Amino acid sequence: MNKTLKSITSKRLFLPVFCLALVLLINLFTRPDFFSIEIRDGILYGFLIDIINRASELVILAVGMTLVVSASAGTDISVGAIMAVSAAVCCNVLTGGERAATAYSNPLILGFLAAVLVGTVIGCFNGVLVAKLNIQPMVATLIMFTAGRGIAQLITDGQITYVRVESYKTLGSSFPGFPVPAPFIVSLVVVLLTAVLLKKTALGMYIQSVGINKKASSLTGIKAVLIIFLTYAYCGFCSGLSGLIASSRIYSADANNIGLNMELDAILAVAIGGNSLGGGRFSIAGSVIGAYTIQALTTTLYAMHVSSDQIPVYKAVVVVVIVTLQSPGFARWRKALAQKKAGRVTGKEAA
Amino acid sequence: MKRKVLSAILIAAMTLSLAACGSKEAPADTAAPAEDAAPAAGDEEEPAPAGDAGSGDLITVGYAQVGAESDWRTANTESFKSTFTEENGYKLIFDDAQQKQENQIKAIRSFIQQEVDYIVVAPVVETGWETVLEEAKEAGIPVILSDRMMDVSDDSLFEAWVGGNFVKEGETCGDWLAEYLEAAGRGEEEINMVTIQGTIGASAQVGRTEGMANKLAEHSNWKMLEMQSGEFTQAKGQEVMESFLKSYDDIDVVICENDNEAFGAIDAIKAAGKTCGPDGDIIVVSFDSVKAAFESMIAGDLNATFECNPLHGPRVAEIIQKLEAGETVDKIQYVDEAYFDTSMDLEAILAERAY
Repeated sequence: MNKTLKSITSKRLFLPVFCLALVLLINLFTRPDFFSIEIRDGILYGFLIDIINRASELVILAVGMTLVVSASAGTDISVGAIMAVSAAVCCNVLTGGERAATAYSNPLILGFLAAVLVGTVIGCFNGVLVAKLNIQPMVATLIMFTAGRGIAQLITDGQITYVRVESYKTLGSSFPGFPVPAPFIVSLVVVLLTAVLLKKTALGMYIQSVGINKKASSLTGIKAVLIIFLTYAYCGFCSGLSGLIASSRIYSADANNIGLNMELDAILAVAIGGNSLGGGRFSIAGSVIGAYTIQALTTTLYAMHVSSDQIPVYKAVVVVVIVTLQSPGFARWRKALAQKKAGRVTGKEAA
Repeated sequence: MKRKVLSAILIAAMTLSLAACGSKEAPADTAAPAEDAAPAAGDEEEPAPAGDAGSGDLITVGYAQVGAESDWRTANTESFKSTFTEENGYKLIFDDAQQKQENQIKAIRSFIQQEVDYIVVAPVVETGWETVLEEAKEAGIPVILSDRMMDVSDDSLFEAWVGGNFVKEGETCGDWLAEYLEAAGRGEEEINMVTIQGTIGASAQVGRTEGMANKLAEHSNWKMLEMQSGEFTQAKGQEVMESFLKSYDDIDVVICENDNEAFGAIDAIKAAGKTCGPDGDIIVVSFDSVKAAFESMIAGDLNATFECNPLHGPRVAEIIQKLEAGETVDKIQYVDEAYFDTSMDLEAILAERAY
């Protein structure tokens, strides 16, 4: 019995899952109806659905961020700004440069492709700075972090650009005749594709080994520079896609607000997922759970009717608790405590 | 070799960013040459801008704008540009601070150096202005504030403040609602309301919440179920409304502290299978009155929007004319603000609306 418990608690994903469960469990006491899900107008409806729907952008960002963190031991802080740029590009392509449009001037797919392409290109730019020029990731991505929203403003003339066409809202709401929110499906596809790509090829192993020791990996023949470059490019791709969803939700490009502060949430998701920000070993599943934990917290606080000026305080407390629970220092302390206990037990037995 | 490449790229990046700044300012800046030349020219050439200001007998006004953050801000800038023209006897030096206080302080200092006649500032934040305002005072240049207030210990540091009265906007909203419900025969009925607030602490949020609270106290049958911040964005407004709809079954009125939040709330209401607007279950009202809000009212989704008038230019010009004539002016000056609802000819209003 003790052994099975131990084997569960020593699993890598135990703590992230435990934290998510903890956040959700609070609702069991405060809002029993939190977990009820119904179908309304052919679409699933309920708080849990809100969580998986609203967390989608963050999940996609967290996937890209995990790879960046793992390979380069640094973070890409430009993801939020890239979202704004890709949203701006997409809306601008679709409206044909107008600030509001009720019909597409270019095919929808062209807008989508442009948005994802722009995200990837910016990711490549970051990748060159970090991988090729060896600029510290934080500094390198700071460039796009600062410039990104400016570029988005420039594209949209500093105004919110509206695409008032029903089909543009699909990606941010739901596919016709399908009850699951569309953003969730997109994020699911991204997560699965990434997982398959990493598991079925040696890419996952390469990324880890580069993150653990770049020089040693290079000596064994892994192209470390290329691997790091690819992770940044992929992170840019993810940001572009997530900007697209965020834009579709509000059928517009709001250069000031799309993806605002999302880079911090994405980094937090990676950390809550039990990944070390020092690079190396990583778990995509952990980061995804981390992303859902962050959204679950927000939705829970709304459901508990916590007033807006207090929400940041509650969030801070929960994040501190979660991060402490997972910290190496805490683990050492726990281990020491367990050993002491074990020591006392064996001592008693001997007596 | 690597170092050379790096430095070459850095230099390229620097030139690029300079060029980007330049191009961004250029279209916005009618008086660009004077402003650009001044800091570069140094001491010897300093009298030049002042000299050319005096030559045409124009009143030189320096305007330190926040930046281009919204339609509202753009309309505010336009209002200044169209009021302070050379035909009207002004020379406007416009500075876009890109949402940064340090840029605004720099701009004010450069206005002082250029010896402008008046300085107009739309402050990014409320605090941290004393030193630079004292410099302006020493130089004998009157400062007029637009939109947001400055928190200074000595209010003689600025001549006047022009802006909207957010508390009054909130009260106007309450009055409109009372009248609307009365007309619908629901004057005595229990009315359940929710508020999607702005960014907590923003003066628009504080004022509008307060104004609405004043009216709420007058109606015992009005019940405010919950207030939650939508951070003035459409995405957050939608998220908060989703949560409200799950918590309360019978919401009658949604008050959104800006138009964008209302657009999000309307989407959430529709997604939950309810209806809103003049013919719907839920009354939705919002503040600011941007163009998109008129489109939403025409579409029958939004009931009313309460204006936050960005056209400060004419009022500031009026103050400057009074000061020129040696008259005293009121310290606090509110601009006129209206409201719009679905009973009006919205198409006509929208067609001639500047913002």
